[in-house]
Amino acid sequence: MQNSIVNINALSKVYQSGHQALSTVDLEIKEGEILALLGPNGAGKTTLISIICGIVSASSGSVSVAGHDIVTDYRVTRDLIGLVPQELTLGAFDTVWNTVNFSRGLFGKKSNPAYLEQLLKDLSLWDKKNSELRELSGGMKRRVLIAKALSHEPRILFLDEPTAGVDVELRKDMWKMVRRLNDSGVTIILTTHYIEEAEEIADRVGIINDGKLLLVDDKQCLMQKLGKKTLLIELKQSIDRIPDALGAYNLEPSEDGTQLTYTYDPDVERTGITALLQSLNEVGLSLKDLKTSQTSLEEIFVRLVNAR
Amino acid sequence: MINLQAIKVIYKYEMLRAWYTLLQTIASPVISTSLYFVVFGAAIGSRIEEIDGVAYGVFIVPGLVMLSLLTQSISNASFGIFFPKFNGTIYEVMSAPISFVEIVVGYVGAAASKSLILGTIILITANLFVDLNIAHPFVMVLFLVLTCISFALFGFIIGLWATNFEKLQLIPMLVITPLVFLGGSFYSVSMLPPAWQTVTLFNPVLYLISGFRWSFFEVADVSVGVSLAMICLFLVACLVLVWWMFKTGYRLKQ
Repeated sequence: MQNSIVNINALSKVYQSGHQALSTVDLEIKEGEILALLGPNGAGKTTLISIICGIVSASSGSVSVAGHDIVTDYRVTRDLIGLVPQELTLGAFDTVWNTVNFSRGLFGKKSNPAYLEQLLKDLSLWDKKNSELRELSGGMKRRVLIAKALSHEPRILFLDEPTAGVDVELRKDMWKMVRRLNDSGVTIILTTHYIEEAEEIADRVGIINDGKLLLVDDKQCLMQKLGKKTLLIELKQSIDRIPDALGAYNLEPSEDGTQLTYTYDPDVERTGITALLQSLNEVGLSLKDLKTSQTSLEEIFVRLVNAR
Repeated sequence: MINLQAIKVIYKYEMLRAWYTLLQTIASPVISTSLYFVVFGAAIGSRIEEIDGVAYGVFIVPGLVMLSLLTQSISNASFGIFFPKFNGTIYEVMSAPISFVEIVVGYVGAAASKSLILGTIILITANLFVDLNIAHPFVMVLFLVLTCISFALFGFIIGLWATNFEKLQLIPMLVITPLVFLGGSFYSVSMLPPAWQTVTLFNPVLYLISGFRWSFFEVADVSVGVSLAMICLFLVACLVLVWWMFKTGYRLKQ
């Protein structure tokens, strides 16, 4: 069991406009994990991150980082955190080198040119160190923001929509870097609205919508759900209830009673399909059509999001 | 525990910003002050009699320095904090382990330092046009420093308050410039009709200019003690306002 590094308790945020961005969110982030917060635009992902980082104040609830409260002990908690914002917010006339040094100093760390040099090299920014920020491409600016966030050697890194507007090459590089950082012990929290991204990189996935955290689960558990297949059985006649003889199959009838859905795991030897078809025949139901499909994380996600 | 590194980098960053915009920060106030000297000091001033035994061209020097100090302190400090707010880079300052006192010391300290350097340059420039004798150098420096700090603070408040570029220019243009001009930069209050003299006493800038002028020529519209008290009062008022702004997260933190 890993220790938790960030504890979020009943966190709510209502903006002055009256918009409820978060409602009683509880979340425990484990030390050393990669957590993906998945949700549509406006779900409250950025608000959640902004509160933890000290940019937005919470309406109620509390957050502690490594056991320290983010309000009363902000110097300790902020020192542990690095933030890569969603927007490409950078000055125009500073050089790459100056801006990472500025960031490091802002977090109270003594200058360490050797560390920053290695950091820029890791992010393929070293040859741009004397370039002005306005001369850089969007992808380069994204890298600079990451470098700034890492300049003070944080233990927790927040990446808010890191791949928004980023090309495939940079995305690959970024995931490589995220894994490398994670291997060195940095806890990583990233937000995204791309399910594939969450799948690819995260250890755990949290699904957030309309200010509520709907689900947090290990990716493996989600993948198991993902691995399930469904068999849709269309009947020639509609039935009022599922015959008792079919009770063992956990069939889900459709509303009009003309379809039955059977969920099974395709990876096991006995999927139960043969037996089911035999049983259907025995109770005298005639089939019109059969269809199989795979539940995707996307479907789980959409179902969860629409259920609220 | 004080985050000295943070103060240092903010201060350095703001000072560097002046270096990049050297023409704007130093050259333009120096040129405009020189123009005032040519027009008011040499051209018009030669036809104006002495005021309280001081030649007109010399008499206006403290007022001119104050005019530049006030406008530059405000514009430097307001821009310094408005710009990161405008382009979004403020997020970094907000998420850093740094208190509001440290933020203010960094930004306001840099803006005040720049004004102080500027004030010195203007005094040197003035010395090229007229012979300046400073009766009380220490008092003069005290006034310079206090003015730079309080008006840089005031500019910082404007920068926090402003939500667009127009608002950023509004207070300096509509309030500060008239107050400076009507505060006796170019004349002694005693030259005004009695009724206007009373009105002028409500202008806080009058006390600044009067006290500053006293440190040069030992002539003043109001006593130097009152002047000092007024500038300290203004400083405290600005400090309280900044403290309140940070405490409530005004325009910074939702």
